[in-house]
Amino acid sequence: MNRLALPSPLFKREWLTPFNVITAAILAVGFIIVVMRFTMGLGTVTNLSNPYPWGLWIGFDVLCGVALAAGGYILASTVYLFGLKQYRPLLRPAILTGFLGYFFVVVALLVDLGRPWRLPYPVFYSYGVSSVMFLVAWHVFLYLTVQFIEFSPAVFEWLNWKKLRAWVAKLTVAATIAGLILSTLHQSALGALFLLAPTKLHPLWYTPLLPVFFFVSSIIAGLTMVVFEASVSHRVFKDQLEPHHATQINDLILGLGKAASIVLFAYFWLKWVGVARGHNWDLLATPMGLWFLVEVFGFVLVPCFLLAWGSRTRNAGLVRATALVTVVGIIVNRLNVSVIAFRWNYEQPYWPHWMELVVTASIVTVGILTFRWIVKRMPVLRPHPDFEGLY
Amino acid sequence: MILQRREFLKLGAATAGSVSAVTLSPTEARPAVNTEGCKAMLYDATKCIGCRACQTACRLGFDMEPSINGDGLYDEPSDLSTTCPTVIRQYQDEQGEEWSFVKRQCMHCLDPACASACLVNALERDDCGAVTYDVDKCIGCRYCMIACPFEVPTFEYEKAIPSIVKCPFCFDLVSQGKAPRCVEACPTGAITFGDRDELLEDARSRIYSEPNRYVHHVYGEHEAGGTAALYLAGVSFDKLGFPKGLTNKSIPDLTKGFLNSVPLVIILWAAFGTGLHWFVQRRDELTEREVVPAEREEGGP
Repeated sequence: MNRLALPSPLFKREWLTPFNVITAAILAVGFIIVVMRFTMGLGTVTNLSNPYPWGLWIGFDVLCGVALAAGGYILASTVYLFGLKQYRPLLRPAILTGFLGYFFVVVALLVDLGRPWRLPYPVFYSYGVSSVMFLVAWHVFLYLTVQFIEFSPAVFEWLNWKKLRAWVAKLTVAATIAGLILSTLHQSALGALFLLAPTKLHPLWYTPLLPVFFFVSSIIAGLTMVVFEASVSHRVFKDQLEPHHATQINDLILGLGKAASIVLFAYFWLKWVGVARGHNWDLLATPMGLWFLVEVFGFVLVPCFLLAWGSRTRNAGLVRATALVTVVGIIVNRLNVSVIAFRWNYEQPYWPHWMELVVTASIVTVGILTFRWIVKRMPVLRPHPDFEGLY
Repeated sequence: MILQRREFLKLGAATAGSVSAVTLSPTEARPAVNTEGCKAMLYDATKCIGCRACQTACRLGFDMEPSINGDGLYDEPSDLSTTCPTVIRQYQDEQGEEWSFVKRQCMHCLDPACASACLVNALERDDCGAVTYDVDKCIGCRYCMIACPFEVPTFEYEKAIPSIVKCPFCFDLVSQGKAPRCVEACPTGAITFGDRDELLEDARSRIYSEPNRYVHHVYGEHEAGGTAALYLAGVSFDKLGFPKGLTNKSIPDLTKGFLNSVPLVIILWAAFGTGLHWFVQRRDELTEREVVPAEREEGGP
């Protein structure tokens, strides 16, 4: 049915849903702010300054975006390398989330960079090989390509291009191994970026182990994001699922929760190795130390026990809720390293401008809309009838 | 026998000596790069009268707007900015007894953190000592600002097409062996220019000849692996706005361990991933072989 041909009251009823209205408002304001940013400079719409050259857009959009998109490489490795094939129903949504996550990280970066049209420079023009950022640039570029290859079977099934579908399926294992290598390196590289700032980052967060922390916590972020995202998708896109699906998904969620619990436990102790290495025990009794304890106990150890308890007692609801807390914990950690504990002692601390928040909200919104658009069309949550055996 | 033993001990002592010499030497920061041909400037805070001629010469030389303050008659920048690559600041304690001027500009590190951070080589160190910025390469990521321990690079937040701005050590002049603009402008000789090694000698001899005038330290000789901007002062350097907690280690060295591990991770993960996949595939094949005949026997024809 052509919706535009509806009589106007009906048309209004169909489109004027609260979701659509809020979405449209965020996007409209976001668009205006982005135009302002590109005509009048970053200073007009952000609270960035010389002491705080990176704010919300790097701290949240890029650092959290990349960490929370880790589900793609985690699940691809789980299924294709570790051979846990029962996780297959969660694989495609995870890879799609990963691909869109990275894609919109790059979009956010385009807004944040001073001269975004030069984004391809490190890949095609001038090579600063001594820079950790150079590695990040290359890896995000390569990993986006790899993720496109990993997701393309769904696209080809949708388009019914059988030959290409069969050809690209042969690349699966190679793409998974490449994805594992690239993710390990750039997830940890995002932590390594801050190794250059020993005098600026609070000693409780600054440690030579930063790359290890970022990598290990990306595993946690990947596992818990898949749980969170599966819970949301299976509520929102109910019509896409077969009836037996729900119980099967619950089993998988319990399994992922258990895995996340184990990694959280290891991560908890690693964090203390960091404190011990820097001899920073005395700093725990300061306000920043208290905040560190909140991160390490409230967002690491407590979720670790709750996830273990939830998966042991087969309480999928508890695992889902705790997964969300864990995801928030990862966000807290990334913001701590990049914004909160960075120049923590500066007299005028950075606080994001409301326009920065709107742009971030806009980018997240466009990400969700794209996800919805694809899931409604392509075989992501459900197998394509013609390709059932291959899914 | 005894002789042999004595020789053995001697050898042992010599070895131990050389080993300890090697292991102890890091306390004396090794120069991160060859400093031959490296030019430098020495700022003597005790000779500075705070006239800001250096500041003005710099701005005039690079066509930069003054930052007019208050009633519009006084140019008074308080820190480095995109229109002020060098600035004279003043420290004074609460009693007003101890005070000092201090000049701020790019320190021109021997192993610059900003250049190691730059993913497109827009920031590079020249052999003459200058750390230069190439606006035609910069993508505006501002990682150099995160990396610089002295917080020198500034960013044009108010421009649609922004650049990083920082003191270029008057590369146009210094690369030809001429003194930079701020040095030329100084009326009291508080800033001097020359070969870094010679300036260090000069700085030390000033401390020796007037030990009560100076804090006994040449700032920049070793800090962050050494810098081409050297400082003498009569007031502790902690009070003059230099970063706290900065060591003599070169900052780029802090990421070298990570960058060196990259090829290891690639090779080992590739081997591990392939091996694991092969192992799992084989396991599945074997279980299939075991399961399938068993099923045949049970319900077989």
